[in-house]
Amino acid sequence: MINLGSRASANGSPETEPEPQRRGVFKRLRESLSKSRQALTEEISASLFDRIDDETWERLEEALILADAGAPTTATVVERLEHEVDSGAVPADGVAVRDRLIEILAEVASKGRAPIDLSAQPAVLMMVGVNGTGKTTTIGKIAWHLSKEMGLSVVMAAGDTYRAAAAEQLEEWARRAGAELVRGEADADPGSVAYDAITAARARGADVVIVDTAGRLHTQENLMEELSKVRRVIAKQIPEAPHETLISIDATTGQNGLRQAKVFSEAVDVDGVVLTKLDGTAKGGIALAIAEELGIPVKLIGVGETLEDLRPFDPSDYAQALLAE
Amino acid sequence: MFDQLSERLQGTLSEVRSRGKLSESDVDAAMRAIRLALLEADVNFKVVKAFTKKVKERCLGSEVLESLDPGQHVVKIVNEELTELMGGTGRELAFASGGTTVILMAGLQGSGKTTACAKLAQHLRENEKKDVALAACDVYRPAAVEQLVTVGKRAGATVYEKGTDADPVEIAAWALDRAREERRDVLIVDTAGRLHIDSELMDELAKIKKRTKPHDVLLVVDAMTGQDAVGVAESFAETAEFDGVVMTKLDGDARGGAALSVKAVTGKPILFASTGEKLDAFERFHPDRMSSRILGMGDVLSLIEKAEQQVDEQQAEDLQRKLEKDQFTLEDFLQQMRQVRKMGPLSSIIGMLPGMGAMKQLKNANVDEREMDRVEAIILSMTPEERANPALINGSRRKRIANGSGTRVQNVKQLIKQFDQMRKMMRSMTSGKMPNEQQLAHMMGGSPRPPRPKMRRK
Repeated sequence: MINLGSRASANGSPETEPEPQRRGVFKRLRESLSKSRQALTEEISASLFDRIDDETWERLEEALILADAGAPTTATVVERLEHEVDSGAVPADGVAVRDRLIEILAEVASKGRAPIDLSAQPAVLMMVGVNGTGKTTTIGKIAWHLSKEMGLSVVMAAGDTYRAAAAEQLEEWARRAGAELVRGEADADPGSVAYDAITAARARGADVVIVDTAGRLHTQENLMEELSKVRRVIAKQIPEAPHETLISIDATTGQNGLRQAKVFSEAVDVDGVVLTKLDGTAKGGIALAIAEELGIPVKLIGVGETLEDLRPFDPSDYAQALLAE
Repeated sequence: MFDQLSERLQGTLSEVRSRGKLSESDVDAAMRAIRLALLEADVNFKVVKAFTKKVKERCLGSEVLESLDPGQHVVKIVNEELTELMGGTGRELAFASGGTTVILMAGLQGSGKTTACAKLAQHLRENEKKDVALAACDVYRPAAVEQLVTVGKRAGATVYEKGTDADPVEIAAWALDRAREERRDVLIVDTAGRLHIDSELMDELAKIKKRTKPHDVLLVVDAMTGQDAVGVAESFAETAEFDGVVMTKLDGDARGGAALSVKAVTGKPILFASTGEKLDAFERFHPDRMSSRILGMGDVLSLIEKAEQQVDEQQAEDLQRKLEKDQFTLEDFLQQMRQVRKMGPLSSIIGMLPGMGAMKQLKNANVDEREMDRVEAIILSMTPEERANPALINGSRRKRIANGSGTRVQNVKQLIKQFDQMRKMMRSMTSGKMPNEQQLAHMMGGSPRPPRPKMRRK
């Protein structure tokens, strides 16, 4: 999932996740999804496709809406499946229809898919998102993975200079991950913190710089402008940077998630989504809408509080987990 | 993202007017539009179903009033029903008759509890003249205690904390003892964010509730929450039966259907709305305004309140007179613009205007604040005579103005042209005609609307 280019082999780290862990993701995801009382699985049990009629499509729509996939994406998926069944391209057989549905959902979730590219030296990763979506926690986990599992040296920039104690929160994560933290004064210019972090990383030959930013609502234009500025400051130091810009989206988010992804992307050119808090009962269907309508793929998922609970996103696992019994 | 419901309904029901009575198929068409609108606003699917059923019953057979067109008539019913669903039998915060009132705050991670605690403290201190203390019981999230200490101090509240090594239940009990000793009016207990399916942490919450016997338990809910809001609220209601809801992040552009869903399913009222980054961006919740927001009908009341705070009565009267006499000048325009900007970012103001929220041209136009700075600079570079009579501005004056404001001649030309158009529009407004969508969009600059999704279900 994370592309380390030539560095990966030098560090002896596997480029792809080992198979057991992938199964682990699937299992965890399915577990967490099955906890839901109004689980999608209830709605889309295999028996739903036993008899294929108008009610089948209606209930499928209902299920996708309840997963927060949104009306347009739901309509697209269901229409496509219905058309394929009507035209005979997919046999009107329960198992075949269900399998095809998983394929279509996975295809939607795969739009714009690309690995996280950290092959540059130093690679700069910038994290953005609305307040409370889990940016700082995600950064802590990413730093831990890069540092403890892949043996990379990581510098973290405490770019959230606004929220009280945000830097302290990140400091704790830096300590756990064994990463270096660069922080400014409270209310310092976040761009200057990012600048200092990159300077420090270069001086020390660090591998990755992770830039945290303050949570902000996408409707606050001055704050979005500030974010663009942070990006410009980073690009002034390293023209291709940030090499990866991720937005954290809370899986419980409804249709507003689409606006978040769109507006943040316009401001800082987002490469991917980290879908957090998937360990709750929310299905995170808004990620489907984001991929379908904006072509911004999910790259990582957060399925719990522990360090291991940040995982690469697998579209087909995700689609299956959505439909699993 | 969201078409104005009334506009959609008017389209759907345009044929009905001549007949004067809604038929079943008219109503079905209207219900489809309402259903889609509510779903786009994140109102829970099951709530939507029950709601459209009720509205349908009321619409069927009801006479379309002479003065209203059928679309407006249905919107009126929907709005009334929504307001009722959202408000109903609410209650205020319950204060202890003597001694310390305990308020327990709970919610999912990232819903904004810690910030809401500080905002509530400030609100109670300023509006109810209470001496407020906060208890820091989130020992899990790194630096959560520090955060509460900092924002608590800013809000003028005392913060009781024992670091992160103590047990949250013990901290809460200890904080309550101290609050009583120190004769605080209110103790607000901040708790860690927790998943409603995490039985261990939900147990802990139940224990805190048992030990502190709060007068009010408030559930903090993010306005951007989707379909899951209902399940979350139900679970919290089971463990720590809450008395009311605090909706956070309402300053965003989320329609906030979660608010409606939570109220509909649990019956608990939404007491407060958190609406911004600053500590004082916290207010009593107004159900009627929320239903308009969900329907995309704008929040005119909030806008009027905002405007009242900013706009000088006298100036407003002068302006009205000028508009009527068609004497509106660039100088007035400048004053107007400055007043409007004082109310906050333009995009949020536009969102409050009825119908405007629906105009994607405007919503997506993302009114450029820098453009406004430029306009201001151009007008400031004009002489008073030029501001009063833009017709004076010829080629050489344009050049001078452009140089003076650091802009280009083209920008100056454009501004004057826009000003002329605006004057024309205002003339038609004062003569009682509302400008149409296109004119408005043209004024603000916009993009065409994307195709609408098609939904099968009624």
